[in-house]
Amino acid sequence: MIRQQAQEMSLRFDSYPENEQFARMAVSAFLMDLNPMVDEMADIKTAVSEAVTNAILHGYEGVIGQVYLACKKQGADVEVTITDYGKGIDDIEKAREPFFTTRPEAERSGMGFAFMEAFMDEVHIASTPGRGTCVKMKKRLQLPVRE
Amino acid sequence: MEFEYETKTGSLRVYTPREIDECAASELRSEVDMLIDNYQIRRLIFDFMNTEFMDSSGIGMLIGRSRKMGYSGGCVEADHLNERVQKIFTLAGLPKLISVVKEEVYD
Repeated sequence: MIRQQAQEMSLRFDSYPENEQFARMAVSAFLMDLNPMVDEMADIKTAVSEAVTNAILHGYEGVIGQVYLACKKQGADVEVTITDYGKGIDDIEKAREPFFTTRPEAERSGMGFAFMEAFMDEVHIASTPGRGTCVKMKKRLQLPVRE
Repeated sequence: MEFEYETKTGSLRVYTPREIDECAASELRSEVDMLIDNYQIRRLIFDFMNTEFMDSSGIGMLIGRSRKMGYSGGCVEADHLNERVQKIFTLAGLPKLISVVKEEVYD
């Protein structure tokens, strides 16, 4: 049932790579009642995976910290926010460029933000070096018309 | 996580898992590299028949394997891409590095 009032959920989890799957599943379970198209759900899951991977690998760099995930749905609008208190991003414009990576030796593709931007309608990045990063992403679902 | 694979002289077919994220990508990376070296693989085929999800960590792993095979004059192919994986491939420009096996179309 599509409610018009906003509904929110939030999670905090340790920055273990295994929790990327947990984050994807939690978001998709939360959005399930909106009945999104398979492709839209896959878009959101991919974007969540990218942001959480960034928090874990680049934010905390293998040190175990806390990743915060919040998700809000209102009508057809979905908003996902992923926050870490890791090392932050020095140059956000650079980080957004496709194929840019600070860790080419680790075989990072540098496609993380490019994927978030490709799969979501809006991606906002706020980051302070030494303090952390917050990525807010929005997407409007194409809900089937229901009477 | 365990991956299924088949080897024939000089050729390796790896069946990728249902979801390829950072965890799966790093395991695939080390396992596939070991197999490539042990069996002197010249032709590496990633078979995506079981794969429903892949993120950019998977892309990094695939680009890395394609480089590794390139150094030794080998090749990398991708087979049985579903629509989703195909979309990710296209977006990342992977078909330039990895030959995607064309699906036969049955009507």
